[in-house]
Amino acid sequence: MSYLDLSIEEMHEAIINGKITPEELVKESLQRAKEYQEKYNSFVTITEKEAIDEVTKIKKNDSYLYGIPCAIKDNLSTKGILTTSSSNILKDYVPCFDATVVSKLKESGSVSIGKTVLDELAMGGTGTTGHTGVVRNPWNKERLIGGSSAGSCAAVASGIVPFAIGSDTGDSIRKPAIYGGIVGFKPTYGRISRYGLFPFACSLDHVGCFARNVKDIAYVVDAIKGHDDKDMTSLENDNVKYSDLLDGNVKGKKVFYIKEIMDINNYEGETDKELEEVFKNFDTVLEKCRELGMEVCEESIDIRLLKAIFSTYMTISCAEATSNNSNLTGIQFGPRGEGKNIEEIMFDARTKGFSELIKRRFVLGSYVLQKENQEKLFLNAGRIRRLIVDKFNELFEKYDAFILPGSSSIAPKFQSENIDKLSNRYLLLENHMAIGNFGGMPSITIPSGKIDNMPIGICITGRAKDDLNVLNIAYALENVLGQKGQIAGKENK
Amino acid sequence: MEYDITIGLEVHCELKSTSKVFSPSPNAYSEKPNTNISVIDLGFPGILPVVNKESIKKALTVATALNCETPEYMIFDRKNYYYPDLPKGYQITQMHYPVGTNGYLDIYVEDKVKRIYIHDTHLEEDTASLDHYDKYSLIDYNRCGVPLLETVTEPCMHSIDEALAFLESLKRLFLYTDVSDVKVELGQLRCDINVSLAPKGSNELGVKVEMKNIISYNVKMALESEIKRQIQELNNNRAIVKETRRYDEATMQTYRMRSKEEAIDYKYFIEPNIPPIKLTNELKKEVKESLPELAFSKITRYINEYGLSLVDAKTIAKDKDIANYYEKIVTSGKDPKMVSNWVTTRVLGRLSKDEITISEFNFTEDKMIELLDFIESGKISTKQAKDIFYKCIEENKTPKKVVKESGMEQITNEEEIRKIVLEVLEENSDVAKDYNPEKGRMLDFFIGQTMKKSRGKANPGVATKVLKEELLKYANR
Repeated sequence: MSYLDLSIEEMHEAIINGKITPEELVKESLQRAKEYQEKYNSFVTITEKEAIDEVTKIKKNDSYLYGIPCAIKDNLSTKGILTTSSSNILKDYVPCFDATVVSKLKESGSVSIGKTVLDELAMGGTGTTGHTGVVRNPWNKERLIGGSSAGSCAAVASGIVPFAIGSDTGDSIRKPAIYGGIVGFKPTYGRISRYGLFPFACSLDHVGCFARNVKDIAYVVDAIKGHDDKDMTSLENDNVKYSDLLDGNVKGKKVFYIKEIMDINNYEGETDKELEEVFKNFDTVLEKCRELGMEVCEESIDIRLLKAIFSTYMTISCAEATSNNSNLTGIQFGPRGEGKNIEEIMFDARTKGFSELIKRRFVLGSYVLQKENQEKLFLNAGRIRRLIVDKFNELFEKYDAFILPGSSSIAPKFQSENIDKLSNRYLLLENHMAIGNFGGMPSITIPSGKIDNMPIGICITGRAKDDLNVLNIAYALENVLGQKGQIAGKENK
Repeated sequence: MEYDITIGLEVHCELKSTSKVFSPSPNAYSEKPNTNISVIDLGFPGILPVVNKESIKKALTVATALNCETPEYMIFDRKNYYYPDLPKGYQITQMHYPVGTNGYLDIYVEDKVKRIYIHDTHLEEDTASLDHYDKYSLIDYNRCGVPLLETVTEPCMHSIDEALAFLESLKRLFLYTDVSDVKVELGQLRCDINVSLAPKGSNELGVKVEMKNIISYNVKMALESEIKRQIQELNNNRAIVKETRRYDEATMQTYRMRSKEEAIDYKYFIEPNIPPIKLTNELKKEVKESLPELAFSKITRYINEYGLSLVDAKTIAKDKDIANYYEKIVTSGKDPKMVSNWVTTRVLGRLSKDEITISEFNFTEDKMIELLDFIESGKISTKQAKDIFYKCIEENKTPKKVVKESGMEQITNEEEIRKIVLEVLEENSDVAKDYNPEKGRMLDFFIGQTMKKSRGKANPGVATKVLKEELLKYANR
């Protein structure tokens, strides 16, 4: 047994009791990172020198993260350390400032061992579009891990680090967490500062984290949450420690699932063995909820609203993305383009710097923002977003959370057929997690079972600012679902 | 053919504040490039804007002074375009909900009152400045992120004079409300000018041509040149093209930048990183109550209440500090016209000669009041007052002190003067004996002698009265 395979809580106790030192933990973590890199490709940069340097300098403190190694998604600004956002246009960019979340991790005494691969500029859900190559699923190398926070998820799922930082704009933490069999959480919008997060779509972007159990998530969030004067959208401090308050008592909590998403009849001609297993697993989850004393109800929501989530998400996120990434011209930083005049120079830098997928999103974003299209496309998407959020907020007057399967299948194979993005299965089952981004609601995924030894999971989303409630429901559930603390390729403890 | 000219202005004014509008970098002018900058101004990945509250208050102040409607929330938009002076690739500005809309500013154009309608005024960030060389350009980000207030008029001005008068009045408003130093030479006041020509008497506006980024001192030349160009085009039956032009200082001509077809779609949308900022009624009230009386109101009041000429009223109201100087003296009870004469001639003359502002002027309001007291009480003559004024400035002394030291104070006591008069009459008894009240020249002679003997200190009025009495007595003796 290695201490690195334990929970943060257990590692912390081992450090406090002198059974292991932060140096030993960090070195072992670095060792695994290097060893697994060729297999899974979790990292853009393994910061061995910086981590060893840092671990000798950290001051002993009360935080549970003291001496605990971690990994950070490569779209979070790290002073003096290459930060590429997995894009060629930033392949040599070394920031001169730390993101707020990075500073807070340093204060807590956690040591980052590397920067993890993402889908280029956090746009994508497969973990296959980073400029340093695809990230592989530690449960099965033939399968993808999902994205965009692919490397952060793989690093935790494979046992390199007990937690990692990611970002979530539609489901970029939670979807890979499902495929990796670990816990992924994005708290309420504004709970964690976005200062230093390379923006994809700022009205939807959240900083969040991965860990292998819910309590560990709480420890991490306790360390990185809080108001930040540098982020006007950050919330006031809630002055509580989630890790202190998790008690697993969910008796009397009311949760709902959505009838239209969980009605198998809506997937006629789209079902397969995996989908049936997902549904079966979800029934078990609901049963466990009831056993824990929760009230589980079915709620109906206009299916047109639900089917509009994906296009609403694409419209808003592409529009914001095209603007947010307009600073990447090779003028202030990044590879300078060539050309006879300034337009040609910027054009050249952007032509070479972005992959086709990114350009496609920028074109979409520009299109929906154009004067003649804006009212019909961009502004209507905003209105649909409002309708969806209003509907869920209305339901949250009665309920503490809603619960749904995190995916319609296990992690797909790299060479699988293209998904039909107009199918109900895709629109209803694969996109509902964006609701949490539309409304800035706290949302967590936890593993709930396996199909062919590949993990599947569920997503729990609650009302904005009610992070603790969501964490507590997940905490209670993970204890009865039997998937807690798992590491890919290792026997469950 | 004759034409009706229509002009609209978009005036950009840099506001003063301790830090930039969305970053903590200092908002200060520096000759040294790229010294007042931060990662936020440079648009590095991951930066976020934080709005400077001081700038919001200043913007609200101008909106209120321009009689605008003000919104419930301060909301910003992104204006998206690519240019090397715009590091984020978008400018944070206000398009949907400007801080002020539907306002107006009354101004004097010559001696007529004209109301200029304000479409809106909005807060935004300035861009970096570019220095172009033969083979390369350099970027200075010092200016990048400086708070900029853009005030847009309706197309309601119909002559160059009106446009210039408005620009001057707006500049004065910025100075009066203390939102900007309006240092024109540093480019703190810049304009986009829209101008169109239509056949005289036509109900419709002509084709609009926009001239971009004109430094305020070039507005007159740019308008003259562009209007001349348009008249020539129209007279030669060539249509005016809707386009954007630039003004070249060297050739004093305007040149095409881009046509309507090439116009940029800025793809405005609401800035997601800045939540709406409530403009509370308390804040609005506070801003309104702390607004100073503005130049137009002062000019009107000086004419109507103080009886000043338009020229004098304008001269005094041109500078808030001069107006305050003037008003402090007038409210002490001095004659407004007399004070106006002193201020517009001697005070302003001296300031311009010394190249100083009124706040650096050592002849304070109190000194002026003291000096005018001496004149009013007849203790010194107006001519003497002038000498005392300059002496006070040179030696940095109060009029009281100067008067006392130079013994300049007039003798107004009748008996004292009578003593001198009697001595004069004794010394010139031959002439005095022949005194004839009909012969004014004789009296003048004695007045001259009395003044001479008193070393100019005898009050001429009193001296004349006493002389007349004593001369009659003398002649009848």
